[in-house]
Amino acid sequence: MAHKQDPNEKVVFIGDSRVRKRDYSNVAPPDYSAYPGKSEAFIPNFLLKEWMVGVVVLVGFLVLVIAEPAPLGYPANPLNSSFIPMPDWYFLFLYQMLKYPYTSGDYLVLGVLGLSGLPFISLLLAPFLDTGKERRFYRRPIASSLMIVSLVAVTYLTWVSWDHYQYELEVNGVTPEHIERKIKAEEAVKKGLPRPIPGREKIAAMVNADDPAFETMKQAQCIACHGAELEGANGPTLRGVGDILNKDELVATITNGKGDGMPPFKDTLSAEKIDQIATWLSTQKAEAK
Amino acid sequence: MFKNMYNWIDERLDITPMWRDIADHEVPEHVNPAHHFSAFVYCFGGLTFFITVIQILSGMFLTMYYVPDIINAYYSVDYLQHQVAFGAIVRGMHHWGASLVIVMMFLHTLRVFFTGSYKAPREMNWVVGMLIFFVMLGLGFTGYLLPWDDKAYYATKVGLEIAGAVPFLGEYIKELANGGTIVGAQTLTRFFAIHVFFLPGVLLALLAGHFFMIRKQGISGPL
Repeated sequence: MAHKQDPNEKVVFIGDSRVRKRDYSNVAPPDYSAYPGKSEAFIPNFLLKEWMVGVVVLVGFLVLVIAEPAPLGYPANPLNSSFIPMPDWYFLFLYQMLKYPYTSGDYLVLGVLGLSGLPFISLLLAPFLDTGKERRFYRRPIASSLMIVSLVAVTYLTWVSWDHYQYELEVNGVTPEHIERKIKAEEAVKKGLPRPIPGREKIAAMVNADDPAFETMKQAQCIACHGAELEGANGPTLRGVGDILNKDELVATITNGKGDGMPPFKDTLSAEKIDQIATWLSTQKAEAK
Repeated sequence: MFKNMYNWIDERLDITPMWRDIADHEVPEHVNPAHHFSAFVYCFGGLTFFITVIQILSGMFLTMYYVPDIINAYYSVDYLQHQVAFGAIVRGMHHWGASLVIVMMFLHTLRVFFTGSYKAPREMNWVVGMLIFFVMLGLGFTGYLLPWDDKAYYATKVGLEIAGAVPFLGEYIKELANGGTIVGAQTLTRFFAIHVFFLPGVLLALLAGHFFMIRKQGISGPL
């Protein structure tokens, strides 16, 4: 700072840097005097009011979070052929739209590009497609009606998709995995057992492994799905099945099958053999912990 | 003391004009619900940002426990949900916030559309806003896989099959996202990286642009 400073100079020297001399006369931001009315300062007046709206939203949001824990199903199993795939709700309309004859199969390109890609690209480029000066929606009939038709379509497709999912669940007698998991966890806790962690349950030991019923099961190919040691593979484990089903229920399941996976065995096995297997399986109980 | 600290920084960095620009602008009457109740439709943009901040914060806490590999991912989420103090709340906020941010953004988009606010001179801001919308959908899609349960696995499988149907590029997009030919270990780590680093980075850049343009152009006038 050896030299003398000129008070009218735009640049002042501070050490070895140059910092522009501040002129506070023109930092006032543009106001909204163009819009007549009661405008107010963003900070703090308006931001405080906005924060109040934010707090109301936050409270409602936290009530939802506490009332409805985030769902979690069973660990991903690529061999699970009976699982009904479902995307998150905001993708349902796309998922449903690509199921119709002219949007799927040979026409999938039409569905993906024409009916999904094109509307999104037109939405992206809306300002360049709707170039008129008019802003009010009722004076822009083409843009507004296209948007309203799209909204109706999206709502309808989402609803159809969800409805069909509920129908599929009902027809296949399936409980969504995250609900089943929750129910099982609650049951276990009620019994005083530790909460089961899916896929990490202790597999119960086999009871009376030298019982002739096991030989019968091997011959009847039960082990193809339920595992060579009944530990479970594509089908569920049968060790400890006596805790879940009693003998009559086991007979009914073997005779008539269950769901998509379990075939009926009434034609391949005699009633005595089914009875033999069911009797043995009903003794398969995990030791009480 | 704070004034002295402020002055000390201001002398060196000249931050007053920046601060003035953020703090001192006026909010016009037609977007203020205190004057016209129907102006509540102008809240959705701010609420989208609010929920986005919640998503970023809760997501940062989730990564402290989440493990992005196919053996441990599910069990780390299970542990987070049931063992970690407030884990269920933080995961719940991230799970439900993901839906809420889509809802808020959707309403904000509709407000801008039906008030014609995307018209000149605000075309660029609409385009940036739509890009934010797509990034958010991408965040929703990639985040859905991370708990690695059946629902996540099969939704991703179906989603990538749809992406694979895009002509010419589809197979490449699918393989790039899959990290191979199947939904597996590579897919999970890739989706994790995209969900936690790539897309949030893009999102923050786009948000900065979105807000910069709003400050530069001001909010659109009354109808």
